[in-house]
Amino acid sequence: MTLTGTELLLEATGISKNYGAVVALKAASLAVRPGEVHALIGANGAGKSTLVKILTGAVRPDSGTIAVRGRQRIVHSPGEARRGGLVSVYQEPALIPDLDIRSNLRLTDTPIEPFRYWLGELGVEDFELSSLARHVPLAALRIIDLARALAIEPDVLMLDEMTAALPANLTERVLEAISRQRGGDRSVIFISHRMIEIGTVCDRATVLREGETVGVVDVAAGSEERIVELMLGESAKDLPERAAHDAVGGARPPDAKPRLTARNLASGTKLNDVSFELEPGEVLGVVALEGQGQDELFAVLAGSERAGAGELLVDGSSVSFHHPADAIRAGLVFVAADRAEALLMQRSVRENIALPYTARMRSWGLIDLRAEQRTVDAAVATLQIDARAGREVRRLSGGNQQKVTIARWVAGGVKTLLCFDPTRGIDIRTKQQIYVLLRELAEAGAAVLLYTSDLKEIQLVCDRAIVIFGGRVVSEVDAADADETALLRAAYNLRLDAPLPEHVAAQVVADSSAAPAAPLSDR
Amino acid sequence: MSTAAANFDRRARPIDGFVSWARRNAWTLGLLGLLAALLVFTKLIQASYGVTGVQGLAISVLPLALAAVGQAIVVISGGIDLSIGSMMALTNVVAAVIMNGQSEEFGVVVVVGVLLLGLLLGAINGGLIVLTRVPDIVVTLAMSFVWAGCALLVLKVPGGGSALWLTNLVLGSLGNEWIPKAAVALLLVVGLIWIPVRRSRLGLSLYGIGSNQLAAFRSGVSVGRTKVVAYSLMGLFSALAGLSITASTGVGLPVPGPYTLQSIAAIVLGGVSLAGGRGGIFGPLVAVVILSLLRTDMTFLNLNSNFATVAQGIILIGVVMVGTLVRFRERRA
Repeated sequence: MTLTGTELLLEATGISKNYGAVVALKAASLAVRPGEVHALIGANGAGKSTLVKILTGAVRPDSGTIAVRGRQRIVHSPGEARRGGLVSVYQEPALIPDLDIRSNLRLTDTPIEPFRYWLGELGVEDFELSSLARHVPLAALRIIDLARALAIEPDVLMLDEMTAALPANLTERVLEAISRQRGGDRSVIFISHRMIEIGTVCDRATVLREGETVGVVDVAAGSEERIVELMLGESAKDLPERAAHDAVGGARPPDAKPRLTARNLASGTKLNDVSFELEPGEVLGVVALEGQGQDELFAVLAGSERAGAGELLVDGSSVSFHHPADAIRAGLVFVAADRAEALLMQRSVRENIALPYTARMRSWGLIDLRAEQRTVDAAVATLQIDARAGREVRRLSGGNQQKVTIARWVAGGVKTLLCFDPTRGIDIRTKQQIYVLLRELAEAGAAVLLYTSDLKEIQLVCDRAIVIFGGRVVSEVDAADADETALLRAAYNLRLDAPLPEHVAAQVVADSSAAPAAPLSDR
Repeated sequence: MSTAAANFDRRARPIDGFVSWARRNAWTLGLLGLLAALLVFTKLIQASYGVTGVQGLAISVLPLALAAVGQAIVVISGGIDLSIGSMMALTNVVAAVIMNGQSEEFGVVVVVGVLLLGLLLGAINGGLIVLTRVPDIVVTLAMSFVWAGCALLVLKVPGGGSALWLTNLVLGSLGNEWIPKAAVALLLVVGLIWIPVRRSRLGLSLYGIGSNQLAAFRSGVSVGRTKVVAYSLMGLFSALAGLSITASTGVGLPVPGPYTLQSIAAIVLGGVSLAGGRGGIFGPLVAVVILSLLRTDMTFLNLNSNFATVAQGIILIGVVMVGTLVRFRERRA
């Protein structure tokens, strides 16, 4: 490091934090220069969130010093940090649901005009400030949260998984806005699991592993490898090669019925006409921009919503679901992106895995605890869940939590797995484990439907993919041809050979982000 | 790292098992410690406290203990029932009025009938909550007036009677004079109902809907049905509590006792989270005994009974605060 302390905008050295016997951070350091976008990278549980919480004053460190513009300071609360120019935006928008956006802005003393300016820059125009936060779709809320932070012009802006689950079009705008912070007097700390984004906007990257800063890398072409190496330490390995996945269809007798057939499914205003067939042994990808009806499609398939029209066939016979229990009995099980919607956070790993497994049984009699324990153990082993903190699921890391949501279905034997963005906000190693698992399940004869906001997963995991736009299937792509550019074009509903015109993209952005901002008829 | 750790965990030594058990039940163990300390304290300030004291304690805690178990079940499943006092009064007077002057055998029929009535009252509470989607706190508050009114319609002033066998079921001791029948009856009834529930799919579903309703729904749990079952169990326990009043007093008392708020106090002290999904049944039982013993001690100390009520409130906050702090620190550890 050639810069002296006074030239740094923010410098944290020797930060440690223990929660009793659990070491969250042992020797973390972070040095941010003015005018740079600095990536903070590490696997889940590496200590990123703890470090951010310490920087914003939400958690007190056990040792270490934090200096802003060369002056050492101790921050006691997020409010104090905010006044001192340190603002963070989290994956979960910090807006109060029962207040309208204007009141939310007033709560944080955000000037309206700069806020509107940034909102426009981020691709959301004509936004009605009087709408209640709870009526605004999640993607738009994230944008609002970011615009709010940008509007108060903080010295250091911390973005924690800001782009996770943002649709591709909005992600682009966000990255653009972040890039514009470069070169000035202020800087951005950018936390993301997406290497491409880091490569696009970041100048340098600090890599954390097991609570320690293991390296600072100048981001340039090829530095990705180095970062992954640092992140994973000894255990670095490539994703196993996809071997002969195209042979799946051949083994199947020609008259076999597809596991799942959707014919002209429609529901509400978002899902208009979706048809597809899902074969056993296949991973079928679903690609869509935010709000194209994919949420409704999965809700219908998982039995939490009734289809308005269309037909659903499982193994060739028509079904209609009135309750998720019906779908589960028919072998259709759902893995949600948001772990908080899927898990009993205060209960144990055992109970979380056992809940749907026992819900499948029709009897109300005693649970055979031994058999249950065996099933749970097997599932925990299959998914390599680190269950040391298994008494309460909320104490597990995000990756391990997501494994639990998959394990609960694997425990009972999977026929059809409906995965809705299962790797959202999860570290690379866990992502890889999930990819391998999905492939293994498919090879064992399960059918997997996978919606993902991370387009490169289509080629990694899927056999083919359908693209949904405006509630209709607009295209079907073989995985071999499904590189990110092709998928993105298809997702924008453009012909594969046509160039991506800027004005069309802008229109789509306006449609998909501004339109839902109007008060919704249903929640 | 993760596989190794998981494998290591499975080779758990017996001592680890005990430690993790103690950790899991730390709150209840703490309460038991507090109870032991209170018993010693009671003996110190009142040297004559002995068999009679324990007998009286067992009888006096019986209605509240049963009420607390019912309340705990509902709160664990994410609800709350403010009508328990009224349901107890109603079942109490119904039993006392019908049994009055009838044969012993007929008393058995009445007891079974009253238990079914309790189930029905609870099912009505639960059904209304699920069907009308009015918040549970509002429905049960409203129903507390309804059931209290019904109790007064059945019986205007304290009266009625109880079958002798029912009274004998809770009065006196069993074998050893230190083992009050009331305590045996309590543990038997609670064990017979709660253990099968806890061990079955229903128990898991109760904790499930209390912990995260959406997750439980998506896991295939029928949320509405489970709720109705939870409130029905609550009704069953109110009927048991009402019957225990009939048995111990020999009459029906149409005006609801202070059981509703006391039962909530007991479960909070017993380690049940009012947010749902956490806690058990044994903690509230111990908490009921502690609350009752505290009142007894206040009497022994010749304190004004109004002051005793004030002290009870302060102790409740104090114990829960200290307990939460300890639990919080332990979680960090």
